[in-house]
Amino acid sequence: MSTATATKKKGGFLAGTANYLDERVGVAGILKEFGRKVFPDHWSFMLGEVALYSFLVLLLSGTFLTFWFQPSMVPVIYDGVYGPLKGADMSVAYSSTLDISFEVRGGLLMRQVHHWSALLFVAASGLHMLRIFFTGAFRKPREINWVVGFVLFVLGMAGGFTGYSLPDDLLSGNGLRIIDGMIKGIPFIGAYTSSLLFGGEFPGEAIVGRLYSLHIMLIPALILVFVAVHLFMVVIHKHTHYSGPGRRDDNVVGYPLMPVYVAKAGGFFFIVFGVIMLVAATFTINPVWSYGGYDPSPVSAGTQPDWYIGWLDGALRLAPTHLEFMVGNNTLSMNILLPMVVGIAFLVVVALYPFIEAWVTGDKREHHVLDRPRNAPTRTAIGAAGVTFYAVLWAGASTDLIATQFKMSLNHVLTTIQILLIVGPILAYIITKRTCLSLQRKDREIVLHGRESGRIIRMPHGEYIEVHEPLDEYEMYKLVDFKAYQPMLARPNDKGVITLRSRIRAKLSGFFFEERVEPVTATELEAAHDHKEIH
Amino acid sequence: MFKRKINNARRNPFAAILVIAAGLLVAGGGYAGATAAVSHSTSGAYTADQVTEGSKLFLTNCASCHGKHAEGTNYGPSLIGVGAAAVDFQVGTGRMPGQASGPQLMKKPVQFTTEQTAALAAYVSSLAPGPSVPDERWTSTSGNTTRGGELFRINCAMCHNAVGAGGALTEGKFAPVLKGVEAKHIYEAMVTGPQNMPVFNDANLTPQDKNDIISYLKYMEANPSAGGEELGSLGPVAEGLFLWLFVLGGIVAITIWLGAKSN
Repeated sequence: MSTATATKKKGGFLAGTANYLDERVGVAGILKEFGRKVFPDHWSFMLGEVALYSFLVLLLSGTFLTFWFQPSMVPVIYDGVYGPLKGADMSVAYSSTLDISFEVRGGLLMRQVHHWSALLFVAASGLHMLRIFFTGAFRKPREINWVVGFVLFVLGMAGGFTGYSLPDDLLSGNGLRIIDGMIKGIPFIGAYTSSLLFGGEFPGEAIVGRLYSLHIMLIPALILVFVAVHLFMVVIHKHTHYSGPGRRDDNVVGYPLMPVYVAKAGGFFFIVFGVIMLVAATFTINPVWSYGGYDPSPVSAGTQPDWYIGWLDGALRLAPTHLEFMVGNNTLSMNILLPMVVGIAFLVVVALYPFIEAWVTGDKREHHVLDRPRNAPTRTAIGAAGVTFYAVLWAGASTDLIATQFKMSLNHVLTTIQILLIVGPILAYIITKRTCLSLQRKDREIVLHGRESGRIIRMPHGEYIEVHEPLDEYEMYKLVDFKAYQPMLARPNDKGVITLRSRIRAKLSGFFFEERVEPVTATELEAAHDHKEIH
Repeated sequence: MFKRKINNARRNPFAAILVIAAGLLVAGGGYAGATAAVSHSTSGAYTADQVTEGSKLFLTNCASCHGKHAEGTNYGPSLIGVGAAAVDFQVGTGRMPGQASGPQLMKKPVQFTTEQTAALAAYVSSLAPGPSVPDERWTSTSGNTTRGGELFRINCAMCHNAVGAGGALTEGKFAPVLKGVEAKHIYEAMVTGPQNMPVFNDANLTPQDKNDIISYLKYMEANPSAGGEELGSLGPVAEGLFLWLFVLGGIVAITIWLGAKSN
């Protein structure tokens, strides 16, 4: 049907442009495919977006900063406008950071925008990860995307750390010194690695330039690639949704990308941008001018890393002392190695959790309906224990501030946090699991008997009953639409042998699912209703 | 392990002689050094009336711990030779008279008038020479702030924090916040080394150095951060806490609001 005349459509400039693009790059097809993608609506689905938008803000503000920042450790004498440093010896990196702060128009604002959005990027990623974890969104088919997201979180930490060290001020130099110490603590290769990284003895004259290359090229490029993969997989998998009438594992209920979500997400980007700008314009972050240029001799009290490195700093502070021993001529500094091993082990468990849970449940089905955290009590309890472990390490990084701010003994604070590191996660596990099971029992009761209305009725024959209001369909779905796994027994394989592997699996399965509350079945619901009518 | 080694060494017959010799050497040498360093600052600017008034105040307020002649008791150290600067600092910031024993004497509302404090200082400085209350030219804010900042970071920041926000020491002791401390009290603290603070005598930091440090601290106090609210100058911990509670908290509140609208 289409001929040369078909290109001339009515509708003015917009339609003309759309048509022009369609005929050349097939925009209509792309829009048809992507524009009709459906996304469900829930506030917790926007946390990843917050991370994405703060990353965009990072790119924009970071680009601005590269126009003026000079990543060089060549010594200069400061001759800028900031009084208390006039005439001081410092590196070009520090002096250009001061110039950005005091002499470049909008420079200080951009520095603060960059730093606040960096903190927000990692925080929002972390919160997004917690949402994914506690709702079971990492289950098949999304395990790999969990790992991609995990890599993004670690890259966020790496990007933050390399950026934190660039201004070459006293605070960041102290931080680098700690990293140098940790590297040197690695047996056999430590000293070589450190001298390779710093180009000789710490601090050398190379490290800022090297960190700069990583910070503005490699790490952001990797983050961009992984973000692209992350989002591409979201498109392939389609988004998850919470249970409700008509929401199944083989569909998505929500609004289409075009025009609803494009508008919403675009608007939300400006909200996040606006919040960051507002905070950056009103609250100081990292006032490098008051720390002075880096000099290896002074170490300031209250030297802390940015929050996302805090848990590792805490691990270092909490490690028991006097554990080091000699192997030949080498000292094994366990007070450095132990925190590193614990930190890495924690990250590995986080990265592998979806695979561990999939192996334990033996569930090979696809899951697109999310769990309510209470309906997976063991997972939720493990998550709570993990969060507690991380939080205690994190608090460990501010023992000195806790001591001074709350007027306590530093030694007591440290010992308390050391004990909490072990006891806290266990307590969190037990309390969370009990709470989840109780909530599930309560849910069962509500489904079977309805909600208490508080209305007491006297029957003609004198009996008093309380009227229970039945649930509507939406609430009912929320409360009954989940699966309670049964613990598996260790079964013999083809050769009739019960392998160690299957024994471990059976043990873990028992650990996960021995205690459970089954969802209300249709028969039970029927029976409950009949029961009510007899009343 | 370490303790046991000391105990063994103690049993050595020469140990006592050695310890006494070492003690004499350190005390004598230290005293000679210290007096040489502070000798120029011993001042007799106080009147005899002030000394008499001070001795009365001392007997009623201080003698129960420091002894009737300031010779010291089990409850308080000897004050002979601490000088007027120590009295002016301890009494002038309200740390003395002490309220309760603890890891560290706390700052509290000042108990004596300026005249009474001066009288007490007069009395104590009449007992033996010691560092005096600094000259006004050393407490001015006209020193070199760049040099002051550098000296501060090298000598003070490891306890008081790079921006003077204070820091923790062991067993409940702490280095206090320096914001709002009077210039002469900062000077006196450096000369006398109150509580857990080391002494920075004039051989270590000259009066000009001290004045530079004071000028730096006063500059920082008078010029708030160019970047906006300072969150207590506590560094990355305060920033992280603020981010999680208010920035991310605020954004989550917005997402909940946006999510609720659509339902």
